[in-house]
Amino acid sequence: MPDIDEAFLDLPRRELAEAALQRARDLGVVFAEFRLERIRSESISLRDSVLESAKDDEDLGLAVRVIHDGTWGFAAGVALTVDEAVRVAEQAVNMAQVSRPINAEPIELADEPVYDDVTWVSAYEIDPFSVPRAEKVALLTDYSDRLLKADGVAHVSVHVATVHECKYYANTAGTSYTQQRVRIGPDITAHAVAEDRFDSMSSCAPPAGRGWEYLTGTGWNWDDELARIPGWLAEKMAAPSVDAGTYDVVVDPTNLWLTIHESIGHATELDRALGYEANYAGTSFATLDKLGTLEYGSPVMHVTGDRTAEHGLSTVGYDDEGVAGQQWDLVKDGVLVGYQVDRRMAKKNEDVLGTPRSNGCAYADSSGHIPIQRMANVSLQPAPDGPSTEELISRVKNGIYIVGDKSWSIDMQRYNFQFTGQRFFKITDGKLDGQLRDVAYQATTTDFWGSMEAVGGPQTYLLGGALNCGKAEPAQSGAVTHGCPSALFRNVRILNTTQEAGR
Amino acid sequence: MTGIQLTPQDTIERGLALAAAEGADGCVVLVAETSSANLRWANNTLTTNGAMRGSSVTVITTVGAGEGTAAGVIGRSSVTEDTLREIVAAAIATARAAGPAEDARPLVEGTTGADWALEPEETSVGVYEKFAPALGESLRRATQQDRRLYGFADHEVVTLYVGSSAGLRLRQALPRGYVSSTGKNADLSHSAWVGTATRDFADVDPLALDAELTRRLGWATRTVSVDAGRHPTILPPAAVADLMTYLFWQLDGRDAFEGQTVFSKSGGGTRLGDTLSPQPVNLRSDPSLSGLEAFAFAVARTSGGSSSVFDNGLTLAATDWIRSGKLESLMTSRHTADLIGVPAATPNIGNYVLSVDAATGTTDDLVAGLGNGLLLTCLWYIRMVDPQTLLLTGLTRDGVYLVENGEVTGAVNNFRFNESPVDLLARFTTAGATVPAFSREWGDYFSRTATPPLLVPDFNMSSVSQAS
Repeated sequence: MPDIDEAFLDLPRRELAEAALQRARDLGVVFAEFRLERIRSESISLRDSVLESAKDDEDLGLAVRVIHDGTWGFAAGVALTVDEAVRVAEQAVNMAQVSRPINAEPIELADEPVYDDVTWVSAYEIDPFSVPRAEKVALLTDYSDRLLKADGVAHVSVHVATVHECKYYANTAGTSYTQQRVRIGPDITAHAVAEDRFDSMSSCAPPAGRGWEYLTGTGWNWDDELARIPGWLAEKMAAPSVDAGTYDVVVDPTNLWLTIHESIGHATELDRALGYEANYAGTSFATLDKLGTLEYGSPVMHVTGDRTAEHGLSTVGYDDEGVAGQQWDLVKDGVLVGYQVDRRMAKKNEDVLGTPRSNGCAYADSSGHIPIQRMANVSLQPAPDGPSTEELISRVKNGIYIVGDKSWSIDMQRYNFQFTGQRFFKITDGKLDGQLRDVAYQATTTDFWGSMEAVGGPQTYLLGGALNCGKAEPAQSGAVTHGCPSALFRNVRILNTTQEAGR
Repeated sequence: MTGIQLTPQDTIERGLALAAAEGADGCVVLVAETSSANLRWANNTLTTNGAMRGSSVTVITTVGAGEGTAAGVIGRSSVTEDTLREIVAAAIATARAAGPAEDARPLVEGTTGADWALEPEETSVGVYEKFAPALGESLRRATQQDRRLYGFADHEVVTLYVGSSAGLRLRQALPRGYVSSTGKNADLSHSAWVGTATRDFADVDPLALDAELTRRLGWATRTVSVDAGRHPTILPPAAVADLMTYLFWQLDGRDAFEGQTVFSKSGGGTRLGDTLSPQPVNLRSDPSLSGLEAFAFAVARTSGGSSSVFDNGLTLAATDWIRSGKLESLMTSRHTADLIGVPAATPNIGNYVLSVDAATGTTDDLVAGLGNGLLLTCLWYIRMVDPQTLLLTGLTRDGVYLVENGEVTGAVNNFRFNESPVDLLARFTTAGATVPAFSREWGDYFSRTATPPLLVPDFNMSSVSQAS
């Protein structure tokens, strides 16, 4: 396991925390917490094998959140001095005082054991920031060249984002931790341009809680995929346009993760179900009164929330309220059985939830933002002795096999969704029968998951995910992983996107 | 990390001096000082709040690289006198390790702006001095009337300083604020939304916003089910902004030139000069537009298809993107302008105005002229389905209404749509006057927009959404 970065450990984290928390205590808070965060991020972009941009950023700052007179107060600052820590604490209390007249619900938090000066580091091998920029650009240039020299590839775009996140957290209950996480997100796309149309084919490699080793072959077979992308793209350019209608579909985990994210991940966030996101990201059809009774999908559906999965983008040792990472059920045998919660929601709804403890879903994307309830790694579990993807395809007489993600959209209560993908293979009599184009699938969440006839076995399981899930006001960006197997769905509505455009 | 915090001007002067001393050929330093304050509410009570202060420094250095010039870019927050030296050294080392930049051009020359020496402007929770009590009153009223309110108010001031080794010394402070508010009836079966952008909250009245929400919720006294299909549809300015902002973001000159967008010409090149609409439609940006002021100079922390770090400080002028229905300009850096063969760079500008010549009247006027159709309040979760046609998918949200014989007669279920804003500009039949418009989906990020209401005779509602 890598060590926590010495430069971060050298920062006066405890001194600043003690100053801020003591000032908050002096001002009469019930509870206060302090965060010192340093987020290093690098983005490298190449266009047609030429370096277009490379930027190395660091965001460093501190934040204080308090409960004063039953009301939240939050403030953040950038100067790492005791004076600034004290000022931010005072400002947080001031925010609570200003807000008190329009707060009708006193804030209470669920209990959590105290963790005294603990540390946690995510699972990765090579810190991306330890690799020389030139070495990284050389690798990405090689990957670009492999695609660019292939017949039919007109342009290649490459973008790699890496993040190295260090956090120190302390609260007035006595918990303090230091935590370090690394994540990486590659995006490699080949473009084809013909006389009458253009199209693209992207790598299906998801972002991952891994280091630079991910780009050199640990966790993804780049050699194989890059060799195959030009052929897939050429076939797609020549593919027939799909006939809109109802099909059986086998969805690859490279696509299904995003459907899970939108239709299960966000729908089982309790803050949404209770209306706290109603003005922005929306609410949820999976309301609290349906816990234990809502038939979310077919009996083969088992979905977990997980803050502990190795290489998960939402994996933590401790969340931004000092709660330890956990795993739990959200949907079991097709029935809604759990939610994602933070400490306030856990306390407020403990009778209904059946547990007095938060499952650790508080997260802020930087020191400049307040922690909110954010998504755990929400994953569809495979069948222990389940079939391979080929076996699932063999069960389909006339259908489509969908690979890779692209366009996505879902309504504000998580009912109606529409997704596209990278590749769509026609299935004829249980076998792949060439690609189709202009495909989108559209469904209602419970209908779709109810139509899931079978899930693949562990050999089909893959961790997908996103670096940039948006939520809250002010908007915050979260990274989250969704594991899933291949799965077979019956009678899914398929649209022809060219016809949808009126052509 | 306990070194001395520098002023923005000192950061720039010392950064430029350090870069010169370390052998950089050129250097640009950008300092952004931000402050913001926000209030958020749900279920008739305050839920979160915040007062944040931020500071970021971006150092861009250039060095000779073979027959060209290379650039190195490093960005940091919380920069002190001690760390500035490290940042400049890192930027130079990065540039020296890089190859020649394709977009390299001489740094933009300039002089010292008249306001250069001024301190950053700031906002605080004090901006809500009148707003917060009125919001509290509207929350109490909602509780008494068995309605629920959910919303967010945000105010931010960014003061940007740009200095370069070519003599540029620019400063500009930009305030930005907005309110977005959703109302629901007692059983949560219907909702309505209003939103507006502001510069200082002096012109925002929570009670008036609540009155409009109440009016719209009143329309839901009667509910009507309408099937999916192509319907005559009125898009108010906010909904037009939802769609046209996406079009605006697709005006990248290089992507179009390389055959990857709706503005690419079949067989190669761009569609510059093509007629997109038979109507006298104009899409224009101008950093000096009153009420929609944007940065008056180019700001680029990375290079991309239509931007270049070498163009920082380039003066932005009023630009016609679409004029009288014809595609007039695409967004370009100096490099991209040369590449695609247009006479001058037309960089991105942080605002736009969509207008139709001689169009007058309001959304209500369009409603009064419609026999039977739909009125959409706002759109949501808009994503691109097909870049070739700029086909977008998304959903209606928080208020779809039935219009019969010139009046709103009830609330309608929500829909998923599949539509292209480029096609809409070619198909709309009636437009109203252009007014400042706050996009529901993009307004928190891009709020400086003005659009007209439009009547589209055949808006494509692809399916019904159960969401309410």
